[in-house]
Amino acid sequence: MKALRKLMTSALVLGCATVVVASPAIAWQPNKPIDFIIMAGKGGGADKMARLMQGIVEKESLAGRPLVPVNKSGGSGAEALMAAKGANDPDHTIMVTLNSFYTTPLRQPGLEVDVLTFAPVARMAEDTFLLWVHADTGITTFEQWLDVAREQGSKWVMGGTGSNSEDNIITDFLNTNYSLSMKYIPYKGGGAVAKDVAGKQINSSVNNPSEAIGFWQSGDMVPLVAFTNERLPMFPEVPTLREKGGEFSYFMQRSVVGAPGMSEEARAYYTELFTKVYNSEDWQAYKSKKSLMGDLMSGDQLSDYWRNQRDNHEQILRSSGAIR
Amino acid sequence: MDILFSLFDGILIALQPMNLGLAVLGVVIGLFVGAMPGLGSVNGVAILLPFTFVIQGISGDATSPMIFLAAVYYGAMYGGAISSVALGIPGASTAVATTFDGRPLALQGKAHIALMAAALASFAGATVSNMMFTGFAPMLASVALDFGNPEIFALMLLAFATFAGLGGDDFPKTVFSICFGLALSAVGFDIISGEPRLIFFDIQGFSHGIRFLVLAIGIYGISEMLWTMNASRGKSSMSKVEVSFASMTNALVRFREAWRGTLIGSVIGFFVGILPAAGATPASLMAYGVTKMTSRDGDAYGKGAIDGVAAPEAANNSASTGAMLPMMTLGIPGSPTTAVLLAGMVIWGLEPGPLLFSAQPDFVWPLIGSFYISNFIAVLVNIAFIPLFLWMLRMPFSILVPLVFVLSLVGTYAAYMNMFDVWLMVLVGLGGFFMRMLDYPVAPAVLAIVLGPIAEPTLRQTLLQYETFTIFFTRPIAGPITVTAIILILLPGLRLLWRHWRAARVGTAGS
Repeated sequence: MKALRKLMTSALVLGCATVVVASPAIAWQPNKPIDFIIMAGKGGGADKMARLMQGIVEKESLAGRPLVPVNKSGGSGAEALMAAKGANDPDHTIMVTLNSFYTTPLRQPGLEVDVLTFAPVARMAEDTFLLWVHADTGITTFEQWLDVAREQGSKWVMGGTGSNSEDNIITDFLNTNYSLSMKYIPYKGGGAVAKDVAGKQINSSVNNPSEAIGFWQSGDMVPLVAFTNERLPMFPEVPTLREKGGEFSYFMQRSVVGAPGMSEEARAYYTELFTKVYNSEDWQAYKSKKSLMGDLMSGDQLSDYWRNQRDNHEQILRSSGAIR
Repeated sequence: MDILFSLFDGILIALQPMNLGLAVLGVVIGLFVGAMPGLGSVNGVAILLPFTFVIQGISGDATSPMIFLAAVYYGAMYGGAISSVALGIPGASTAVATTFDGRPLALQGKAHIALMAAALASFAGATVSNMMFTGFAPMLASVALDFGNPEIFALMLLAFATFAGLGGDDFPKTVFSICFGLALSAVGFDIISGEPRLIFFDIQGFSHGIRFLVLAIGIYGISEMLWTMNASRGKSSMSKVEVSFASMTNALVRFREAWRGTLIGSVIGFFVGILPAAGATPASLMAYGVTKMTSRDGDAYGKGAIDGVAAPEAANNSASTGAMLPMMTLGIPGSPTTAVLLAGMVIWGLEPGPLLFSAQPDFVWPLIGSFYISNFIAVLVNIAFIPLFLWMLRMPFSILVPLVFVLSLVGTYAAYMNMFDVWLMVLVGLGGFFMRMLDYPVAPAVLAIVLGPIAEPTLRQTLLQYETFTIFFTRPIAGPITVTAIILILLPGLRLLWRHWRAARVGTAGS
């Protein structure tokens, strides 16, 4: 307890000192712990990434106040969006988002969330998707997979994170464009999906590399096709869907956003903070190790990107019938 | 044999002065964090995660920071029992089941026996689990993979079945209590459809669901105190415990009575712990249920059975080691605490997953070695502190009651930093008090709110995938579990029939 108190006191002193030292230089500084909402459950790709960001901020003492991570995974991100929208102190509320940032407000207009009201802090990366099966299926190519999945019809089970999420969109695309009728089972997190592919509980998944990498290295899971524009450096032998003639690629944004109503000064502070995180050695190493793509983006550029992505997703969801 | 050599090497590294020092420090911090109502191992580990970067800077490897956090985790698991026994508020969600019998024991002036049993059972549970972990980690990882949705649901059904008898003979009231808990657990967003459910009047606070700790602190903190006040009319009902060498020795001897609960708890704890969906809280509740159910003297439970303290404590410690297994071998956390540990491992540059054991033996074995060491330290430190914790019990009633109220309020706020949850906790406390006045058992409702969020999605995912209920009977692992669960659920009814039949026979024979 003594040690804990000492630690807390020293953290407090350190925090105050940073504020005092830095205050003449920067206009806005956080004056209390920052709520760091994670739009996903514990242990999934988004969660690991968020905690890595938090770790880098702590390790390099980039922020005067600690980031306090809170997982809000409910309702494909609706819970997180509502929490950010209703934040008491938008200047001290930031959130790590996925693509449910666009899809959930589109599907649930009742939430009355407009993504463009969120403060564009920083896009840290774009995550990629691959199609995975268990090695024991003997399937090694996308064509073989199509044959088997088509033959099995609705007995072929695809697992994914949440309903009408990224995974669901890709599954819908494959079902419509390759005349498949796979069954989609929503899970709470990508880690659980990968585990169930590795345990042969389900037939395939479209996990991010970071979620499936352990089971890929151990030889349990095999990637068949990547939903990217070019082949991934980590999986040079895995073709893209575009090479196979599919006009489709899909990425997941990994962005940090500020709660609606955040002041421009605070937004600038967080953008600077996360630019430092982005440029850190740890983040860059993580990006290449987990096969992440996409460069840093912030401010108006990021808002424009969101507008595009939202319109894109509106089209995708409309054509799949998820929204009218 | 290889394993023993590796383990021995690992223990030697864990015994290096710096690692040993970190383990002691971690255990002591964990013990106190765990003893604070509301704060459990997950809070301790999360608060101290940044501190580990400092440690890594000094040690240069990932082993020392991990040893430190694992020690905090252990310490907190031991500490959770302390406020459950001494104050009647669960120190953490994992220690809820410990209040069932720990609190009555304290009220009878046997707090020292309860605390000693908790410490020793924790030690036994963790030791059993460490040995299983050491010997069979890679093999057990594949067991965890064999547990799909149907298996997990079957296991949850079994947990409910063991608790059906928890409310005593009043089966309908128990069932009502379970259903009430399930309804509460359905509040919030639905995973399968993504739609909100039961968020009354669109109140924001309901959207994340009713948190377990809110319920547990409300029921065991607020309503317990209201109940005690009502029952004692303000007079102190707490008998004083004498802190002496003799009473401690007596407590040590009395632990003999708890071997059954300890054994059941250790085994159940480990196997529930290694399943990625479950964790220490369901494990401790299940262990309590099974121990009570298989006891010849089931009626003694809830009134101060030593087994009733030992079983959940052995189970939650055993499960906490067990939960490290999917985290390390599959990269999937079995509990919220291991999720934070997993994040730590990623930051320290490790790659948890199926290859961790073969690729990072320099990390794995010292860590496993440190489990043994930390566990040993934890039990010694815990026993050494028992007199201090007993002193809490000597507090006059007029101070204890307000203190518990304050700790309940502060603890709830500390856990979620949210006033809505604090008000909800008070409301739950009042509700729990009225439930007790009307003689409804609250423990089944608490169980339901822990297991509901695991049982419901697994049931629905299974039905979506297989489109039939028979799958629960035809799968090799799920089948036997489901059948056992159904027999257990029917048991009270069967027993009743048997009694009637016998009474009728005796009646006819007599005439």
